[in-house]
Amino acid sequence: MWILGVLIVSFVATAVLGLLAKWVDRKITALVQWRVGPPWYQNFADIMKLLGKETIVPVGARRTGFLLWPVVGLSGAALAAAVLWMVNGNPGKSFVADMIGVIYLLVLPSLAIIMGGSASGNPQSGLGSSREMKLLFGYELPFILALVTVIIAVGTLNLGEIIRFQGEHGWMLLKPSALIGFLIAIICIQAKLGLVPFDIAEAETEIMSGPFLEYSGPPLALFYLTKAMLLIVLPMFLITVFWGGFALRGIGLLTSVIKYVIILVVLTLIRNTNPRLRIDQAVRFFWFLLFPIALIAVLLALKGY
Amino acid sequence: MSLKLKALKKSPWVYHVNTGACNNCDIEILELLTPRFDVERFGVILVGSPRHADALLVTGICTRQARPRLQEIYRQTPKPCVVFAIGACACTGGIFKDAYHFAGPVDEAIREVDPNAIIAYIPGCPPKPEAMILGVVKALQAL
Repeated sequence: MWILGVLIVSFVATAVLGLLAKWVDRKITALVQWRVGPPWYQNFADIMKLLGKETIVPVGARRTGFLLWPVVGLSGAALAAAVLWMVNGNPGKSFVADMIGVIYLLVLPSLAIIMGGSASGNPQSGLGSSREMKLLFGYELPFILALVTVIIAVGTLNLGEIIRFQGEHGWMLLKPSALIGFLIAIICIQAKLGLVPFDIAEAETEIMSGPFLEYSGPPLALFYLTKAMLLIVLPMFLITVFWGGFALRGIGLLTSVIKYVIILVVLTLIRNTNPRLRIDQAVRFFWFLLFPIALIAVLLALKGY
Repeated sequence: MSLKLKALKKSPWVYHVNTGACNNCDIEILELLTPRFDVERFGVILVGSPRHADALLVTGICTRQARPRLQEIYRQTPKPCVVFAIGACACTGGIFKDAYHFAGPVDEAIREVDPNAIIAYIPGCPPKPEAMILGVVKALQAL
């Protein structure tokens, strides 16, 4: 029964914090562009409005898949959030190789975008889905190699063990190999979140928000919420693995929030100072630039640095 | 119901439909989104798909080519939605009212699809961005 409680509490907390984080993102964007920006409740209003609107299923769409995949994507993000909140709340509650579980769950939202976009039957959504798929193949390789640096250093796939190890030996970040891994992972979560240099899949100015093109009302709200939750889950995952864990008690909570806000601001500033890449440029960037660097980081980790 | 409506008033996403305008009104609409007027303060975002939109910003006289397409876009927009006829041409036909390619003003084209459509008129050639903001505020109050 308590597991259900953990699920609900972590879902609500992640959703609320995610929507607030999205507001911070929009507000910083506005300030960078010398504007005022939206009020703090803006994203809550957006979600409420979308939930109240009509759901349209296009004639050419596969009805079941079109309506099911947003839910699958949201549940993937919610489950990953639940694992991370639980592990950070009590490292002893961690189970065997939960890091692999989290990596798998974090692919689900991207998969939902790909499948939902393909199911909508719109050629532009199909184009967006194929781009998202290529991007997934691009960033997943350096992202996992970046995490491998920590796995080699600690010698376990257990998130609780990793947090405990960092409690005894200091942040992973302080090791050169893990520092390289952390920087690579930040670029990879930029792509996972679909923020600007890598918003190739939903490119509003060329393919009209791609896979989301045919979505309206509640399913669109679910995708919106998934993105907002990923904005919490992915930085939290990086903090857990590289930056000494997301402590939830006492003074630790304050440092956790500061760590999170630093990552969020870095993501937003990358998003505001870069133009969109083409899909071939992005894949080349991930495979031929980040992959060798990640490989070097792994070799350094094997040497013990 | 009232909560839904309140949320709709706080985040109207707009889709821009050009049904044969001379681009003057379009430039003024883009002016709205620039830092000077910054309508994101009120939650207004320009979206690329009518499926995401809550408001259609229609500019230009409704030409014979554009009329069926405008009606199709209105059908594709999830309800509840608001239509804004922006500029003298969209409101009445303006100086083109006797032209051979004029197919009736925008409100008639929309009413043909949905007799109960909510249509707001913002006259002017082109209307100022301030006038557009005022029109949006008035339309949302009437909702």
